Amino acid sequence: MTPTRRTTEVADVDPDRSSELERTDAGSPADGGEELAKRQRLISVPEAAGATTVARPGFGVKLEQLRAFYGDAEQVKGIDLEFRANEVTAIIGPSGCGKSTMVRCINRMHEEIPGARAEGRVLLDGMDIYDPSVDVVAVRRAVGMVFQKPNPFPTMSIYDNVAAGLRLSGRRGGDLDAKVETALRGAGLWSEVSDRLSQPGAGLSGGQQQRLCIARSLAVEPEVILMDEPCSALDPVATLKIEELIDELKQRVTIVIVTHNMQQAARVADRTAFMLDGQLVEIGPTQEIFTKPTDSRTEEYVTGKFG
Amino acid sequence: MSAQAPAAELTARFGVSAGRRRKDRIARAIILAATILALIPLVLIIYYLLEKGLGAWSSSFFTTDPTGNTFFKNSAIGGVKSAILGSIEMVALASAIAIPLGVGVALWLVEYGRASWFAKVVRFFVDVLTGVPSIVFGLFIYIVLVIGTGSTFAGYKGSLALSLLMLPVVIRSAEVILLLVPGGLRESALALGAPRWKVIFRIVLPTALPGMVTGVLLAVARAAGETAPLLFTAGSPKKTTTDLGAFMNSLPVQIYNDINSATPSVVSRAWGAALALVTLILLLNLAARLISRRSRLV
Repeated sequence: MTPTRRTTEVADVDPDRSSELERTDAGSPADGGEELAKRQRLISVPEAAGATTVARPGFGVKLEQLRAFYGDAEQVKGIDLEFRANEVTAIIGPSGCGKSTMVRCINRMHEEIPGARAEGRVLLDGMDIYDPSVDVVAVRRAVGMVFQKPNPFPTMSIYDNVAAGLRLSGRRGGDLDAKVETALRGAGLWSEVSDRLSQPGAGLSGGQQQRLCIARSLAVEPEVILMDEPCSALDPVATLKIEELIDELKQRVTIVIVTHNMQQAARVADRTAFMLDGQLVEIGPTQEIFTKPTDSRTEEYVTGKFG
Repeated sequence: MSAQAPAAELTARFGVSAGRRRKDRIARAIILAATILALIPLVLIIYYLLEKGLGAWSSSFFTTDPTGNTFFKNSAIGGVKSAILGSIEMVALASAIAIPLGVGVALWLVEYGRASWFAKVVRFFVDVLTGVPSIVFGLFIYIVLVIGTGSTFAGYKGSLALSLLMLPVVIRSAEVILLLVPGGLRESALALGAPRWKVIFRIVLPTALPGMVTGVLLAVARAAGETAPLLFTAGSPKKTTTDLGAFMNSLPVQIYNDINSATPSVVSRAWGAALALVTLILLLNLAARLISRRSRLV
C-alpha cells in the first residue's frame, strides 16, 4: 500500500495496546496533552501476534454520559458509547438527532460554535479530552476530521494543502515531500495528482477534493478520523472510492463516520450506532443492526418507516 | 401536452404577452438611462482633469516647489514637488498606522469578539466614526496635539488625523471580507490541530487578502484626497521636507490654496495638482491589485 510507511520506532508503546479496549485510565490526565502530542505512534506488530495488518493502531474512543448543548438547547442527551480501535463505526439516525454534534465533541470542535458546550467525558485511549489540563490543539492532532463539504484551502496548491496540516500544527521536521506523498497515496489520490502538485487544490473534482481533504487529515498522522457525511456531496463513483479508502484506512486509524446513507453504513462499517433525538438507541455489529435490531425504533428506521 | 394541441393554444399559454414585452422594454430603458446619467459626471470629471490639468504639467511642475511669487504675470510660480512628496509621506504614515490597527480590530471582531457585548459596542462606535465629517478629525488633532501641546503644525499630526479618518473604513471593509471567509476553512484548519493564531495568519488572512486590498485602497484613496484634516494640522509650507515633525505640504491643501488665487497660472497649477493626485491614486490601485493577484495562487 504505502511503500514509505515506517514500521519501526517501537518505544514505550504496549504491543497489544490495541486490544486493550477496556483500559480507561492509562496516562495521568495532568500531562495528557503533552503525552498525546509526544506519543510514539508507529509500532510494528510481530507476525506472531496474528495481526499483521495493524501497522499503526488507532485509539479507542469512549463516551461517558456525553451531553452537548447549543446555548440552553440540549442536542446530545447523555450518551455512553464506545468506538473500538481500528474499527469503522457508522452513526445513523434522522436529521437533527445529534449525530454530527456528538461526533464534533470527539475532537472538541463542538465548542468552536459560539454558545456551544459539552458535558461528560470523552476518553481518547483512556484519557479524558475534556480534562482542563488537556491541550485542545493536541487533541485535534490526534483526532482528525473530514467534513461534509470538501473544503481544500483555496489559496494553496495540492501539495501545500497536504503539507498544511504539518505546517499548521508545527511539525515541520523530516522529509516533507515524502510525508505529502505518503498521505496522498494513503488517500488514493497520488496517481491522479502526482504530476500537478503545484496546481490549486480547488481545481480538482469534488471527489478528488474530498480525498485531498482526507490526505490532509492523514498527513498529521491522527489515531482517529471523524467523517461527517463525507460523501453527501459526491457522486456514486467518487463515493465508492472514498468507501474503499475507508476500508484501507481502518488498518491505521479508528474511523467514526456519520452518514445518512444506510447502504453506505452497511458497506463500510464494522459496527453501527443508531441515534434518535439526542440519545443512543442501540449499537451493534452492522449486520445485526440492519437485519435483527433489538429495538423496534431501529427496525422502523432501517426499514424506512421514518426518517 | 398532447402533440395535437393547436398552435394558438400553446402561444396563449407559453408566449410572452405584449404587456410584459412593453414593461420589459421600459424597465430596461430606465436602468440604462440611469447608468448613462451616472456616467456623465464621471466622464466630465476625467475630461476636465485632462483638459485643464495636462496643460499645467511640465518637467518643472514635478521637480520644483511652489515659489509663492504669484503677483506678477511673468514670475515663476513653481511646481508641486513639496505637495506630492508631502502627500505620499503623510498618507504612507497614516496607512502604516491605520491598516494594521484596523485589520487587527476587524480580526478581533470576527474571530474573537463575535457577538459579545463589547464587540457590539466597538461596531457601534466604528459606525459612528464612519459618519464623522473629516474636518472633525482635523479639529480633534488640532485641539489635542496642536493647541493641547502648545506647539504647532507637523506632518505627523496630519498623518494622525488621516489615520483616524481611515480607521473606521479599514475596520468595516476588513470585517465584511473576513466574514466572507467560509467557516468550514477555519474548522478544517482547527481540526488539523492548528493553533488559532496560525489559522488566522495562514488560512483566514490569505483567503481574505484580495478582498481586503480593495477595502484598504478605498481608505487610502480617501485619505489621500482629504483637505480638511490637514488644513490646521500639517499646514501648507512651500518647501519640500522629509521631516514629519515639520510643517508639511500636501496635494489637496495645495489645490485648495491655488484654486482661490486670482492668478490664472496658479489656478491652472491647481488643475495640474488635481490630475497628479488622481494619477497617484490610480497608480497605487494598479500596484496593489498586481501585488494581491500575484500573492494569490492561480
